[in-house]
Amino acid sequence: MSDDQTTQIREAIQSAITENPVILFMKGTPDQPMCGFSARTVAILQSVGKPFAAVNILPDPRIRQELSGLSDWPTIPQLFIDGEFVGGCDIVTEMYESGELQHALGVEDDAGNGQAAPEAQAQEPAPLTIENRL
Amino acid sequence: MAATDAPATPEELKTRIEAGIPGATAAVTGDGHHFNAVVSAPAFQGLSRIAQHRLVYDVFGAEVGDRIHALSIQTKAKAAETENSA
Repeated sequence: MSDDQTTQIREAIQSAITENPVILFMKGTPDQPMCGFSARTVAILQSVGKPFAAVNILPDPRIRQELSGLSDWPTIPQLFIDGEFVGGCDIVTEMYESGELQHALGVEDDAGNGQAAPEAQAQEPAPLTIENRL
Repeated sequence: MAATDAPATPEELKTRIEAGIPGATAAVTGDGHHFNAVVSAPAFQGLSRIAQHRLVYDVFGAEVGDRIHALSIQTKAKAAETENSA
């Protein structure tokens, strides 16, 4: 019964990670984060100015369960870049402060690069919920 | 394992991290639900940040997210203490 659904959830998570170059699994949505760690991670991604997909893990506890099974990481949020697990809030914060995150996202923190100015690139993040992927 | 419902304390987390990771030194703050741990250990040398943080999470297993509601981690590799610091 629910085994089928669990498999579906796991597959939906896997394809979401594969299909979205930058994807954040979080509590709540970028507009309405439900946890301080998720909020901080969203704020960092937005300040870097790179569009990202976001999945709210709260609607179904199995999302978190399957996600943590895949990533071998117990906490939320979880950021994936190009299909690879990058880390949670602490690691994303450290990487942002050291410039590694900007590098990994291909958005160097370089004033001379007008093309990557966060304002100019006011592209909406694409909120993506697991539900409408099933 | 520690099958207790008693609230976690920073002291408990510090003790368990230092017992669980050889040579580790931990400074832990927290309010019983949200904790912050700064951990240095020789075992972190050569590991990615993700792997370092996993070592710390692994000390607590399923308690992270449950009894330990949130655990922020900063890790530092440190040299093994084999110096002449008698």
